[in-house]
Amino acid sequence: MIRVLAQRLLYMGLTLWLVSVVAFVVIQLPPGDYAETYLTEKQQSGAQVTREELENMRRLLGIDRPWHQQYLTWFTGIVTRGDFGYSFEWRRPVTEVIAERLPLTLLLAFATLVFMYAVSLPIGIYSAVRQYSVADHAFSLLGYIGLATPNFLLALVFMYIGQQWFGQSVGGLFSPHLAEAPWSWEKLVDLCAHLWIPIVVLGTAGTANLIRSMRALLLDELGKMYVTAARAAGLSPLRLLLKYPVRMAINPIVATLGWRLTFVISGAPIIGVVMALPDTGPLFLHALLNQDMQLAGAMVFIYCALTILGTFVSDLLLVLVDPRIKMS
Amino acid sequence: MVAAATPAAASRIKRPDVASQWQLMWWRFRRHHMAILGVTVLAAFALAALLAEFLAPYAPAKRNPRYLSGPPMVVHVVDQAGGLAAPHVHARSSRRDPVTLRQIPVVDETRPWTLRLFVRGDPYRFWGLVEADLHLFGVENGFVHLFGTDHLGRDLFTRCMYATRISLSVAVVGVLVSFVLGAVIGGIAGYFGGAIDMFVMRLIEFIRSVPTLPLWLSLTAALPRDWTSLQIYIAVTVILGLLGWTHLARTVRSKLLALREEDFVVAARLAGCTDTRLIGRHLLPAFLSYLIVDLTISFPEILLAETALSFLGLGLREPVESWGVLLYAAQNIRSIAHMPWLLIPGLFVIVAALAFNFVGDGMRDAADPYAR
Repeated sequence: MIRVLAQRLLYMGLTLWLVSVVAFVVIQLPPGDYAETYLTEKQQSGAQVTREELENMRRLLGIDRPWHQQYLTWFTGIVTRGDFGYSFEWRRPVTEVIAERLPLTLLLAFATLVFMYAVSLPIGIYSAVRQYSVADHAFSLLGYIGLATPNFLLALVFMYIGQQWFGQSVGGLFSPHLAEAPWSWEKLVDLCAHLWIPIVVLGTAGTANLIRSMRALLLDELGKMYVTAARAAGLSPLRLLLKYPVRMAINPIVATLGWRLTFVISGAPIIGVVMALPDTGPLFLHALLNQDMQLAGAMVFIYCALTILGTFVSDLLLVLVDPRIKMS
Repeated sequence: MVAAATPAAASRIKRPDVASQWQLMWWRFRRHHMAILGVTVLAAFALAALLAEFLAPYAPAKRNPRYLSGPPMVVHVVDQAGGLAAPHVHARSSRRDPVTLRQIPVVDETRPWTLRLFVRGDPYRFWGLVEADLHLFGVENGFVHLFGTDHLGRDLFTRCMYATRISLSVAVVGVLVSFVLGAVIGGIAGYFGGAIDMFVMRLIEFIRSVPTLPLWLSLTAALPRDWTSLQIYIAVTVILGLLGWTHLARTVRSKLLALREEDFVVAARLAGCTDTRLIGRHLLPAFLSYLIVDLTISFPEILLAETALSFLGLGLREPVESWGVLLYAAQNIRSIAHMPWLLIPGLFVIVAALAFNFVGDGMRDAADPYAR
């Protein structure tokens, strides 16, 4: 157990380091540097910028040095001080800007995961047990559509329906009259009333996917001899189902928890933008559109780090669910 | 090959014992009704993409100042009197709202604008080569906008046709890029094994463990701003292909690893086959069907990714028009509330993705005709 844990931790550290390289590449990608952007900005507003000023700026920001030195400063900044650099767009440290909005992203991702598993496992089990029933076909069809619909489109449709038939603004997190109000019970209820839509939107494709795999895996298990044997031995159907085949079928589902999280995190920014949520999505997009690359790179790093953490957790969960792994 | 001599008989009598592998696969595929439906739909899309200029009644940039932000026009086959009539749309005129000064379209049900086939309209260069002005349908004395118009008065139906061409071509090229990458990298890993295999597998695991959309977004955002839309189009397509190859590489590798130990491969090697010949002549045909399945499955992924990128304004941009670019206009709730028909390109996306999924499912069932 300890060895597995140590191995996983080591692997996670290595991946995190790789991710930091990727994020740094993202920061360096756009042609030109911040000094040039600054220059054009100033020139547009009619101000004069001297060559020395620019050189000074480059030296101060450290962008006149070779890239591997820049990477080292950047990386040690993150590891030792949690310092992701400076956002030129917001004129504040990146860490501060992100910290304000990250909790909501985390909440959203976590809630979506819970939603996905809570909905798809029962439906998947039902579909497998009642194969080719009307409900099974209906769920399959819904699943297909869920997989084929881009989730931002789903969000748009939800917003349109909310606007047209319920006269309610679906975007954002709070109703307008509560947005500025201090925290209260009413506000919490309002939050939940708004939050379920992004959760459903974000989770639909993943849920469809999960239902399909749960159904297929369980169908494989249900055909096996041990199920027949247990049934012949007179176990009650529900007890039999939950205790043996479901337990077997659920292993691969747990093992892919990390991927599901990747999936959710991947879709989250676009939903944040469409539904005007105060999470990291609009922040990320805005940073990309304005080539505020320190912020964008930090976001890429954080998104990746989140999924890597998720993979790590799902590996640990798998050890708990499947005792065979401990042996090897 | 007896069956091939008498095609009429072959269609009636199935001879699994003499049928080729591809024939067996086709038979099994044909039984999958949804897959057949999917193929039909995709064929229709392909036709729309090929003949966009001809099918569209107008030029994509043509503005109709008399019908700004106009809702879709319904085609009627029943006239005022209740009798059957030639397909027509009701005539429109517009008046100004006295308060907001916005143009409001007014439907005139008494005057029909009859749809005609093969009308001469806006000139175009078919595939940029042949000059023509023939359109499949149109009206002569008025205008027809089946999907409505945007705030500039551009015909949405026309733009959807042109967008089909771009969206499908992005998907095809993107899939091809990832196909070549996946086949080559997976092939190298599976064929040589050992340290190379180890390295490639870790690389794939790494790519799969990072969220793709943020990466795609940051790569496309880094493209220089002064690039032409054509350059952007090529770059976006390649970027989509660059990150989509991992799935295919895994399939290729695992199949290769399994096949490597087969007798016929060992025999070929002993007979002195070179590596290239062994891969191209003996190994590739053996798992080509699995490759095609994976290829079909990766289509919707790339299609949806392109749509998402363009929708956010980071992928393709005007004047290049894809479904995602069209949806960009529907980004905020205000425009959807006034012009819900702007979401129609989204239907194209969903139907195309569904069709690809169905075809992929059918192919997966058919891929291994010797199973069972």
